[in-house]
Amino acid sequence: MTLEILGISVLGMFLFGYIIVASIDFGAGFFNAFSTVTGKQHILTKIIHRYLSPVWEVTNVFLVFFFVGMVGFFPKTAYYYGTTLLVPASIAIILLAIRGAYYAFTTYGGLKHKRYTILYGLTGLFIPASLSSVLTISEGGFVTMEKADPVLDYWALFTSPLSWSIVVLSLTAVLYISAVFLTWYANHAKDEAATELLRKYALVWAGPAIITAAGIIVEMKGHNPEHYQRLLDLWWLFALSVVLFAGTVYCIWKRRAYGLAFGLLVGQFALAFLAYGASHYPYLLYPYLTLYDSFTNQSMAIALVVAFIAGLGLLIPSLYLLLRLFLFNKEYVEGNRNDEHA
Amino acid sequence: MGNGDSLFFSRVLTELTLSFHIIYATIGVGVPLMIMIAQWVGIKKQDEHYILLARRWTRGFVITVAVGVVTGTAIGLQLSLLWPNFMELAGNVIALPLFMETFAFFFEAIFLGIYIYTWDRFKNQKKHLLLLIPVAIGASFSAVFITIVNAFMSAPQGFDLVNGELVNVSPLVAMFNPAMPTKVAHVLVTAYMTSAFVLASIGAFRLLKGSDHTYHKKALFLMMKLGLIFSIATAVIGDFSGKYLAQYQPEKLAAAEWHFESEKGAPLILYGVLDNGEVKYALKIPSALSVLAHGVPNAEVTGLNEFPKDEVPPLYIHYLFDSMVTIGMGMTALALVYVIGTWRKWRFVVSKWFRWLLVLGGPLSIIAIETGWWLTEVGRQPWVLRGILRTKDAATTSGHVDTMLLLFACLYLILGVGSVVVLIRMFRKNSVEQELEDRASEKAGDIR
Repeated sequence: MTLEILGISVLGMFLFGYIIVASIDFGAGFFNAFSTVTGKQHILTKIIHRYLSPVWEVTNVFLVFFFVGMVGFFPKTAYYYGTTLLVPASIAIILLAIRGAYYAFTTYGGLKHKRYTILYGLTGLFIPASLSSVLTISEGGFVTMEKADPVLDYWALFTSPLSWSIVVLSLTAVLYISAVFLTWYANHAKDEAATELLRKYALVWAGPAIITAAGIIVEMKGHNPEHYQRLLDLWWLFALSVVLFAGTVYCIWKRRAYGLAFGLLVGQFALAFLAYGASHYPYLLYPYLTLYDSFTNQSMAIALVVAFIAGLGLLIPSLYLLLRLFLFNKEYVEGNRNDEHA
Repeated sequence: MGNGDSLFFSRVLTELTLSFHIIYATIGVGVPLMIMIAQWVGIKKQDEHYILLARRWTRGFVITVAVGVVTGTAIGLQLSLLWPNFMELAGNVIALPLFMETFAFFFEAIFLGIYIYTWDRFKNQKKHLLLLIPVAIGASFSAVFITIVNAFMSAPQGFDLVNGELVNVSPLVAMFNPAMPTKVAHVLVTAYMTSAFVLASIGAFRLLKGSDHTYHKKALFLMMKLGLIFSIATAVIGDFSGKYLAQYQPEKLAAAEWHFESEKGAPLILYGVLDNGEVKYALKIPSALSVLAHGVPNAEVTGLNEFPKDEVPPLYIHYLFDSMVTIGMGMTALALVYVIGTWRKWRFVVSKWFRWLLVLGGPLSIIAIETGWWLTEVGRQPWVLRGILRTKDAATTSGHVDTMLLLFACLYLILGVGSVVVLIRMFRKNSVEQELEDRASEKAGDIR
C-alpha cells in the first residue's frame, strides 16, 4: 500500500465517520422539529436530547479532522477546492455555526422556543445539501480553468440533474440513517412510544434512500462515462450493499434486533462508500487533480501518519470511555440517572 | 471583481473571523485551567464554594466553547477558501501541527462532554478533577499547535525553495522554528491571564451589584492571584519576544517602535503621534529599546530605513503595541495592589471605585489580546510567509468574497449577541445563593 492510498483511506474513514454521526445529528434535529410541528414532541424530544447532548461537539470534530487532513495529505486540494468552493462551503459553515451555537444556547442556556427548534431542524437539511456539492464538483464538468485558475460554473451546477440527485440522496440518506439509529437507541432506552414512531420514520425513508442511490449510478452514465464504467466494474460491492440494506429493513419491519439493523446499515453505507470511492480513483477532481499529483512530500506524509497513529492511540480509549458512560450506560440511556447537566 | 478586490475583502474577512474567534478561543484556552484549579482548591480545602465555582464557570464555559468551536471551524475552512495559494504552498510544510491541533481539540471535546454530563455521578470529587485535566490539557495544546502554525508564517524554515517549489521538507524543523518558543509561551500565558481577569471581573461585578456572598470574594481573590502570576509571566515573555524580533524580524520591531535610523542606545518610544514622518508628543525612555532588543543599553538596534520600502509593515502598529503594553502593565499593577491590599487589609481594595477597576480589567485584557494579535499579524505585512510569499499573491481569485464578508459579519453579530444574552440569562436566573441552598437541601434530604 502506497502512502497516497493510506492517506486517502485515513481521510475516507473520517469522512465516513462524519457522514454517519452527522447524519444521526442532522436527522435527529429534523425529526425533533417535525415532531414539534405535528404535536408529538413529548414522545421524541427527551430521547433525542439524551443522545445528542454529550456528543454534539465530537460530531463537529470529525468534519474538522477531515478537511484539515485533506489539506495536509493533499495540499493541492486547498488550491482547487478552496478557490471553487468559496460560496457553497461558506454557506455550510454559516449553517453549521448557527446550528452548533444555538444547540448550546438552547440546551444549556435555556433559550427554549419552538422557532429555534424548527430552525435547528431545517439547517440539518441544508447542510448536507451544501456539503454534497463537493461530491458533485469532484465528478468534473463544473470547473473550468481560466488563466490557469479554476473557476466554478454555478449555473451549470444549479441546473445539473446530477447535482440535484446528489442533494436528494444526501437528504434521504440522512433521514434514513438517523431514523434507524434512533429506533435502536429508543428501544435500548425502553421507550416504546419513541421506538414505534422512529421505526415508522425508518421504514418511510428506506425506499427513497435506496432509490436515489440507484438513481445516481444512472445519472453518472451521462455525466461521466469513465466513472460510470468503473462503478459497473464494482457491481458486486453494490449488490452486497443492497443485501445488507434488505437485512436492515427486514429487522426493522419485524421489530427485532434493532442493534443488528443499525450494524447492517453501517455496513451497507460503508460498502457503497468504499465502492464509490474506489471507482473515483485516482481522481480527486476530475480531470484536473489526481491522488498522485496532489500528494504532499514523503517526509510530511510519514509525519502525518505517525501523528495519526499516536492520535488514535489517544482518541480510541477516550471515545470508548464516552460511549461507555453514555451510549452504553443503561441507567443514563433510560434516563434514570439524574446527572444530566444541572 | 478583480483580484485586488478579492485580496482586500479576503483580508477583511480573515481579520473579522479571527478577531471574533480569539475572544472565545482565549477564554477557551484559559478558563479550563481556572476551572481545574478551582476544583482542586475545593478538594484540598474541603470547601463547597470552590467546587460550585468550577461548575458555574463550566456552565458558562460551554456557551463560549460552542461559539469558539464553530468560529474555529470557520477559520479552519476559510484558510483554504480565502488563501488557497498559501495553503497549497504552506500545507506541504506545516500540515503536521495543524493536524495535531485537531487531535487536541478532539481530546478536549470528548472529556468536556463527559465532565458536563457526569456532574454528580461519582461520589468522589477527585474523579471529577481527573476529567478536567484532559480538558485543560487539550485546550492548551490546541493553542500550542495552532500558534506553531502561526509562528511558522513569521519564521518559515524546514524546507528548501527550488523554483517556487518547497523541497527537502522536514516537518519537525518547521514546527520548532525560532518564533515558536516566545509565541507559544506568550499566547498561553496571556490566555490564562485574560481568563483570570475576566472571571475576576465577573466576581467583582457581582459584589458591586449587591451580592455580598463570600463565594464571590473567594472567586475574586483566587482569580486576581492567578492573574497576577500570569501577568508577570506575560511581561517576562514579552521581553523575550522583543529580543526575538530584534534578531529575526527587525522590521516589525522597528515599525512598532517608530525606530527609523539604526543607532546605539536606542530609546523606547511610548505613545505619541506620527506627523509627516516625525514623532511628536511621545514619551522617550533612553536606551530602553536597546535593552528590550538586546539586553544591553548601548546595543545597536536596526532602524526601518535599512529595509526596502515595499517590505516595511504599516506604521500604525505602534498604537497597537502601546495599547497592548499599557494594558498589560496596568493589569499587573492592579493585580499586585489588589493582592497585597487584601493581605494587609487595606480599606480601599473593597471600595466601590476599586471594584469598578477590577470589573474593567476583564474587557481591557481582551482588548489587549486583540491589539496584540493585530500587532503580530499586521506587523508581518506585506508577507504571509515572511520572505517567501506575499499576501497579495496568496489570496483567492474567486469573486463573491464581498458577499461572503457580509454574510459572516451577520453571523458573528448573531453569535455575539446570542452568546451574551444567553450567558446573562443563565446566571441571572440561577443565583449562587439559590444554587448553594439547592445543593445543601439535596444533600440533606438526598432526594435523588
